[in-house]
Amino acid sequence: MTKSDIGVQKALRGVAVSPGIVIGKARLVDRSKVKIFYQYLIGDDQLSREVERFEEATRTTEEQLNTIKNGMPEQLKGHAFILDSHLMIIKDSMLYDATIHRILKEKINAEWALKKSLEEIRSAFIQVDDEYISNRVNDVENVVERILRNLSGDEQESLSHINERVIIVAHELSPGDTSELNTSKVMGFITDVGGRTSHAAIIAQALQIPVVVGLESATQLVGEGDLLIVDGNSGEVVINPDDDVIIEYQEKHLRHEKYKSSIARISHLPAVSLDGHPIVVKANMEFLEEVTAAREHGSEGIGLYRTEFLYLKSKELPTEEELFQDYREVAEIIAPEPVTIRTLDLGADKFASGYEIDREANPALGLRAIRFCLKEPEIFKRQLRAILRASHYGNVQLMFPMISGLQELLDAKEMMGQVKDDLDRENIEYDRSIKLGIMIEVPSAVIMAETLANHVDFFSIGTNDLIQYALAVDRVNEQLAYMYQPFHPALIQMIRQVVNAARDAGISVSVCGEMAGDPFCVCILLSLGINELSMNARAIPIIKKIIRTISIKEARADFEDIMRLSTAKEVREHVSNRMKTLVPELAEKGYLEGWDYL
Amino acid sequence: MIRMELCKKIKIMNDLGLHARAAARIVALGKQHKSQLFLKKDDREADGSSILSILTLSCPKGTEIEARIVGEDSEVFMEKLNQLLEQRFEETI
Repeated sequence: MTKSDIGVQKALRGVAVSPGIVIGKARLVDRSKVKIFYQYLIGDDQLSREVERFEEATRTTEEQLNTIKNGMPEQLKGHAFILDSHLMIIKDSMLYDATIHRILKEKINAEWALKKSLEEIRSAFIQVDDEYISNRVNDVENVVERILRNLSGDEQESLSHINERVIIVAHELSPGDTSELNTSKVMGFITDVGGRTSHAAIIAQALQIPVVVGLESATQLVGEGDLLIVDGNSGEVVINPDDDVIIEYQEKHLRHEKYKSSIARISHLPAVSLDGHPIVVKANMEFLEEVTAAREHGSEGIGLYRTEFLYLKSKELPTEEELFQDYREVAEIIAPEPVTIRTLDLGADKFASGYEIDREANPALGLRAIRFCLKEPEIFKRQLRAILRASHYGNVQLMFPMISGLQELLDAKEMMGQVKDDLDRENIEYDRSIKLGIMIEVPSAVIMAETLANHVDFFSIGTNDLIQYALAVDRVNEQLAYMYQPFHPALIQMIRQVVNAARDAGISVSVCGEMAGDPFCVCILLSLGINELSMNARAIPIIKKIIRTISIKEARADFEDIMRLSTAKEVREHVSNRMKTLVPELAEKGYLEGWDYL
Repeated sequence: MIRMELCKKIKIMNDLGLHARAAARIVALGKQHKSQLFLKKDDREADGSSILSILTLSCPKGTEIEARIVGEDSEVFMEKLNQLLEQRFEETI
């Protein structure tokens, strides 16, 4: 089919990268490459002028990228590094110096010289077997396209001027393009090329508009103004749909929206299981800015506030005052709900200056978290002071990471006692009944849970690290990704042991790893007796919904079956079958892809 | 002019290896020094002032490469480069 078959329905399938369904008019954006460029030789007397022409075009390109960067919508600021790397490539010696060198030496025009430089870079990158690195050649191509356009004087149509409600159809959208999109007007977009992890996909998710990429020939098949349906859940795109297809998708769209809003509407209500057990659902956070998102998604407090950011932000250690202001703000915003502040969980290697540290062969097993803090009392006490001072302004709880045995806990408590004495002497107010807990993330702490439980007010199970340490699997080693199994029977047994120890000692226990926000893990956690979960804020609505459909009594009976299973695969299959009957939406095709935290 | 040349074997210790951000840090460091840096892996040598050149060397974690610095401030440069590597480019995952 070609564009001449006006009005004929045609369906395409691509890769769904950002969920939602839209129906609207197509707007073709010409992002085709600058195809024709002239190759010609330059006379000796014109060489310096040709170099200037090239320099001018690169300067313009830099200005354009800087303009785009500065005008990026607030929610995209985190992606500015993509443009930074493009800016760096413009002036890279393999591109910039090499092109000037070619103009002068081979006496050829700037376009030709630039193309030759690109070819050379491309052939160097093709030989690299690391996919991440070889893909960076796309960034170089993007930059070269822009420079070529500026050399030819072609105006590139800016996407920021699109002022009707349209669906954008393009061969490819560069990060610069997507950053310019007017999100109130652009309903969605589709492209010929790209994959799940392309920059455009990442940005579309941030903008929350439906996007399908990798359609191969969309720009050839879609005509300007054609009616389009884009299903960002399944990856389907329908060009010039018939009336009944439109109705079908409108219904689908309504179902999706209704479902989304229904869980959002009730997400601020408490999560109570079918048989009446209330489950506390909290949010994890790292940056101060995330507090409001936590509230909006219906969280009942912050179950894990990671405090590393302030220490990594600059070369200098943060002052007590900086820390105090930060903690106080979080405590005040989230009050009367509690915030659990976890003390520093960094390795010594992360501290830029002032610490002579030997390079560690196993950083995950090295001098980090509470071990580092106990070795550096000045740093630790400064943070403890800040947390205690902030406790006066809200409902603050304090938690130590990576505790591996009783002595460590007692040492840390001893230091906390000293800090409290100091504050008392200085007449500085703090919450004298502040709750103290520990992360359970080292296998030895699981085994010692009964003893440890007598010395704290709560446990928080950090499943991410616990999986890594219990299964001896490096989390960041891609070769071992298949072994990183939340459903490993050993892990389930460990969680049970911790829950039992906490229950016997009468202290509370929560889970704050990624397992807590995984729809398929929740059922297991609840059947084990966990009654508090802390997760990525975006996961809260769906997890609360799932909790409301579970009868803990039934889940417990089911759990006996689970404990008889011996491999992670069997457990996973068992649980997902069960979950699909409990929450039918989870079984709907393409549904889970809609939850991008998974 | 004194033309100093220093060679040193180094090992890439950060988890991501010499990816874009790490390479960018090396290039930025080079801009603060007069000497020129070359990174050699097997028999291929990359220009330490070019992020693209460094990337094409393809150095995942654990790779051993040779750093060669030529110029008057090569010693300071080498020291700074070492620090950067030891701090694993201040990488956070």
